[in-house]
Amino acid sequence: MNKIATALAALGVSLALTGQASAQGKTITLCWAAWDPANALVELSKDFTAKTGVNMKFEFVPWPNYADRMLNELNSKGKLCDLLIGDSQWIGGSAENGHYIKLNDFFAKEGIKIDDFMPATVTGYAEWPKGTPNYWALPAMGDALGWTYRKDWFADAKNQADFKAKYNRDLAVPKSQTELKQIAEFFQGREIGGKKVYGAAIFTERGSEGITMGVNNALYPFGFDYQDPKKPYAMEGFVNGPGAVAGLEFYKSLFKCCTPPGYTNAYMQEGLDAFKSGQVAMMMNWFAFFPGLHKDPNVGGDKIGFFVNPGEGSRKGSQLGGQGISVVSYSPNRNESLQYIKWFASPDVQKKWWALGGYTCHKSVLNDPGFPKTAPFAADFLVAMGEVKDFWAEPSYAPLLLAMQKRIHDYVVADQGTAKGALDALIADWTKVFKEDGKVK
Amino acid sequence: MQDDRPSMTVTTPTPSLAERAATATPATLARSIRGLSDRAIAWLFITPTILLLLAINIFPLIWTIQLSFTNYRANRPNAPVIDVGLQHYQDILTSPDVWASMQVTARFVIATIVIQTILGFMLAWLIDKKWRGHGFWTTVILLPMMLSPAVVGNFWTFLYQPQIGLFNYVVSFFTGIPPSSFQMLGDVTLSPWAIVLVDSWMWTPYVMLICLAGLRSIPDYIYEAAEVDRASKWRQFWTITLPMALPFIMLAVLFRAIENFKMFDMVNLLTGGGPGSTTEVASITLKREAFEKWRTGYSSAFAIILFVTVFGLANIYVKALNKVKAR
Repeated sequence: MNKIATALAALGVSLALTGQASAQGKTITLCWAAWDPANALVELSKDFTAKTGVNMKFEFVPWPNYADRMLNELNSKGKLCDLLIGDSQWIGGSAENGHYIKLNDFFAKEGIKIDDFMPATVTGYAEWPKGTPNYWALPAMGDALGWTYRKDWFADAKNQADFKAKYNRDLAVPKSQTELKQIAEFFQGREIGGKKVYGAAIFTERGSEGITMGVNNALYPFGFDYQDPKKPYAMEGFVNGPGAVAGLEFYKSLFKCCTPPGYTNAYMQEGLDAFKSGQVAMMMNWFAFFPGLHKDPNVGGDKIGFFVNPGEGSRKGSQLGGQGISVVSYSPNRNESLQYIKWFASPDVQKKWWALGGYTCHKSVLNDPGFPKTAPFAADFLVAMGEVKDFWAEPSYAPLLLAMQKRIHDYVVADQGTAKGALDALIADWTKVFKEDGKVK
Repeated sequence: MQDDRPSMTVTTPTPSLAERAATATPATLARSIRGLSDRAIAWLFITPTILLLLAINIFPLIWTIQLSFTNYRANRPNAPVIDVGLQHYQDILTSPDVWASMQVTARFVIATIVIQTILGFMLAWLIDKKWRGHGFWTTVILLPMMLSPAVVGNFWTFLYQPQIGLFNYVVSFFTGIPPSSFQMLGDVTLSPWAIVLVDSWMWTPYVMLICLAGLRSIPDYIYEAAEVDRASKWRQFWTITLPMALPFIMLAVLFRAIENFKMFDMVNLLTGGGPGSTTEVASITLKREAFEKWRTGYSSAFAIILFVTVFGLANIYVKALNKVKAR
């Protein structure tokens, strides 16, 4: 009996060693967008290679082309990416079209508990259908749309005095969307350091997702909802309700009054350029960029402050960004890719991920009492992630998104029609898509 | 003693190309070719080209036609493909968005053709005068059309930038309007003209080249006869230059119209179809439907409609061109 046990143990050890040896020297490719957190991930992944012997290759695509490039890759069943950090809205399509492998069994086998991750990120990045325990990704990069501001300009005595004289309150981080616009108006065209500056850099990009993400930060606090919570896909009165109309009109007025000249097709990079070159007092952008901005020699350090997207009245809401990491079903290196997910899910790695500039979604890091003080934007990140909303994550997310890009850009930038008309047209577009998908009759 | 006999040089005739080819051809192959008719040999030579044409042009065209009657989506390979008949064609032809993009396209094509034809012909007429340094200036004028549209689109985006762009500063210098007070690419009124300007800057030289070929083809003796008849320069232009160059001008218009009808790259780079949908030409709408919304069946129908439109218009135009040439 002992002999049999010894033989089995020896066999087990040799099989384990063989597995290890076969992984050694293999290379897996991780695909993501080309931005600051991707550099942090390259650094982090060196530990994975050191631990497992599996080499890592990275394919980073600039944001404006990211969706096109990666969705084409998935649709053509390409083998370029073994692991993909895909946008939250892709989850429905990628799950239903078989691009991602389902991770439930793997999580159960490896003892990875999805409850260890912040609920909003699990819903946003991993689940499909939403609200069901079917997981297609591990929350990898938490993100939301927040704001940065020029702390030094806000603190300036003359600016403070002038602002108080005009608005009868201190020039401080805005507590509402209305206050945000007043501050933007105050700075628009003001001379600071002998240079004309502008109020705010917001998203107005037409081609991919820019203006939709930007306008959502105004629509949510004013009362926009995608659908009736009690009746899925019923949009009348939610997408085009009075609150939604007010939110859209507000965003247009913010664009008209307070952005730099020529700011008609601007997304993340244009916002960063405007802020870093000292053109704007405030900038809407993703939290993912905040670590890099805080380190910026010209506008970082004491000169920069951060705040969560302000509410309006009692309503709050921020646009969800961020992504989950998935294993591409066409990958020939599935085992190594799963090995990476297992490694990435561990609390120690998640802690280091945050330290390097990535936004962890792991509760062990986020719930640590010391977390809010780990970075000037850490506390705001927690608040923002508690009130996020995401765009449709349906398999037809692309036509839904393109319809919104068109309707919103037509109204906000091209001055066509009314806010109500734009939102009514949006409902018609979305209804058509859902009808084609058989979701509504 | 002098030899009076004429000297003789013996030369070996050089074998012609055909003879050398015949010598090099293996005997078995030569025997089998020798048995073929001229028509068969002609088919033998053009078959590879026809096969290639079928594979990369005709087959995709037929497949596109077939897809246009289905609900097929390339990003949903597992979804059932249902025959929808003429539904896509009906949707496209009744869609206000499609008609809007067709109108944008038509305005763009007409504006660019008018500007480029007038400017191109004027430049050709000037270059044809062969003034001092005309060769150098011809090269300079031709430079824009040698650039890639992607490069042109990108650097004009910078030129049009309202805060740092050279274009706004030049306009400001001549008009006194503050440079940051207007934006070529972000303004609903100006953005279509911004694209027309860039396209004309790039492609007027092309029209000029074709017109120049037309002007150079007019024999000098016709002008000499006109001089003898004491016809004024103005009359010579209207009765000799323009009519004789007209087929070339019409050819240039045809080429530019076809090109601009399917214009994509430059518009995509300059405005992406914006602001709003102000500059969304048909090809941008088509690209969005096909590769962003992945409505493959619908976009196939749209592509067929565009193809038939261009093909039909081009045919009518070619008939008119032939009539002009026959005069």
